[in-house]
Amino acid sequence: MKVSRGTRLSLRVVALGYLFVLLAVPIGVILWRTFEPGLSEFVASISTPAARSALNLSLLIVAITVPINVVFGVATAIALVRGRFRGRGLLQAVVDLPFAVSPIVVGVALIMLWGAGGWFGALDRAGFQVIFGIPGMVLATIFVTLPFVVREVEPVLHEIGTEQEQAASTLGADGWQTFWRITLPAIRWGLTYGIVLTVARALGEFGAVIMVSSGFPGVSQTLTLLVHSRYIDDHNTYGAYAAATLLMGIALVVLLLMTVLDRKRSDR
Amino acid sequence: MTAHTDEQRGGLRPGTDAAPLPPRPDPTPTDGTRPDADAPRPDGAGPPAAGRAGSAAGSGRPRGSGAGLGGLRRPLGVGVVTLWLSVIVLLPLAALTVAAFGDGLAGFWDAVTAPTALAALWVTVLVSAIVALVNAVLGTLVAWVLVRDEFRGKRLVNAVIDLPFALPTIVASIVLLALYGPNSPIGVELNATRWGLVVALLFVTLPFVVRSVQPVLIEADREVEEAAASLGASGWTTFRRIVLPTLGPAILSGTGLAFARAIGEYGSVVLIGGNIPRDTQVASQYIQQQIEIDRPQAAAAVSVALLAIAFLTLFVLRVVSSRTQRREERDA
Repeated sequence: MKVSRGTRLSLRVVALGYLFVLLAVPIGVILWRTFEPGLSEFVASISTPAARSALNLSLLIVAITVPINVVFGVATAIALVRGRFRGRGLLQAVVDLPFAVSPIVVGVALIMLWGAGGWFGALDRAGFQVIFGIPGMVLATIFVTLPFVVREVEPVLHEIGTEQEQAASTLGADGWQTFWRITLPAIRWGLTYGIVLTVARALGEFGAVIMVSSGFPGVSQTLTLLVHSRYIDDHNTYGAYAAATLLMGIALVVLLLMTVLDRKRSDR
Repeated sequence: MTAHTDEQRGGLRPGTDAAPLPPRPDPTPTDGTRPDADAPRPDGAGPPAAGRAGSAAGSGRPRGSGAGLGGLRRPLGVGVVTLWLSVIVLLPLAALTVAAFGDGLAGFWDAVTAPTALAALWVTVLVSAIVALVNAVLGTLVAWVLVRDEFRGKRLVNAVIDLPFALPTIVASIVLLALYGPNSPIGVELNATRWGLVVALLFVTLPFVVRSVQPVLIEADREVEEAAASLGASGWTTFRRIVLPTLGPAILSGTGLAFARAIGEYGSVVLIGGNIPRDTQVASQYIQQQIEIDRPQAAAAVSVALLAIAFLTLFVLRVVSSRTQRREERDA
């Protein structure tokens, strides 16, 4: 397409200007606001007891969610790729479902199932609190992160085919040996990418978690809830900026990992 | 405003002669997923039984010599996976749907058509449509610049596009509030206005159109464009007649995904939106409020309505894309 120099330049200006106003300036302003009073102020703000416990809770949720998602995600991917059963298309659709559901709706749905008045309300009445407890937050996080591992592992499984697995089992390997020695090494980068996406989303999830959390500072606040409550409840704007900057730093690390892993995956 | 938006939305689907939207979202798509949650399907084959039937039928085929990972091909593995997906995803949505219709169809209808609920749904759809349109135009433009233009720092700009996906939504909210909120350093205060909602949603949906158009533009056949130019077509004509039809499906799918994301969004609008009923309160905020004031049935009903809109959007997208694919196969 022949584009005159003038058009090309003006298109470039519009595109970069849009990105500048939408992304660069707001992020610049918040970084400036965070670090303007000095680094020690920032460190003090993110190491208050409430902030520490929020970070710990966020990490705890990640630590529970990731292994569960890895085990069931890989199992689901294998079943979807290698399985021959009726209803496979339906299962495919169910795996994508969490992407189409609003986080708030996820929260409401979990309340309707696990809440005191819900289908499994007997659990709650028996003293095992799911909603307004950590189990509820974990369930919400698993719901929203469920597709990542499955969707990253699936194409790799398709690509590698079953020849090596068949060769292994011909040579006498049992199912587990074949999985550990053949399948897992083959899917490792796809799986790692899926885990990175899961971690990022688990740390950043807000809407679904706020619905099922009691939100007490120091008890049931994750980092994202801390940002919200500092801004809304405490009118501690600086604290909210600082906590948001911390989350932004984590997101940046995730983005870098994603770029590196993406290259590794395509190198294969 | 209304007519304007509708007109532009209509213009978004060029060449899609069909796909007329039903007058109002029908709750059946949501409801349709429910029977599969726990009850066996009408043909009597529940998921585990289906697995057994499937492997029996497939016994004539080579099945990876029956060993490695055979467990997941046999009923047990499929059963475990189905149970897992049911408990995590399907059962909550089933409980939600049942709760929405807890007071019968009339109760559902009353909850969804309550003035504030209807206003919230309307604001959500209106703002999301504007956001989707802006994304369609500017997202395509950004993708074009990233593929066809050369300038210093292009790789960095390209990497930054993914930032809204990596950034937690509440951070997006606070980031935008720092610039466009109270005490705005540039004097533009958008908090508690619909424009604030638009900006927040544009931020979180930025990658959709860019990332779906980019690969198509890289693959696009530039010889056709050069041929058009050598036959005397202007840059604009070439774009309209050659480039745009090629990009059409990608733009549409990116726009649809952005729309679906925007209607359910909560974290990024919660601080900047202001949550003013009938003005800037979006559906997700309305739902959250209903739970807070202990009206779970109303919350569930509006949730189901929101789900129905999202599913409808994705369904239309799927129909349109398979139609385009078939047309391409026929032409090829």
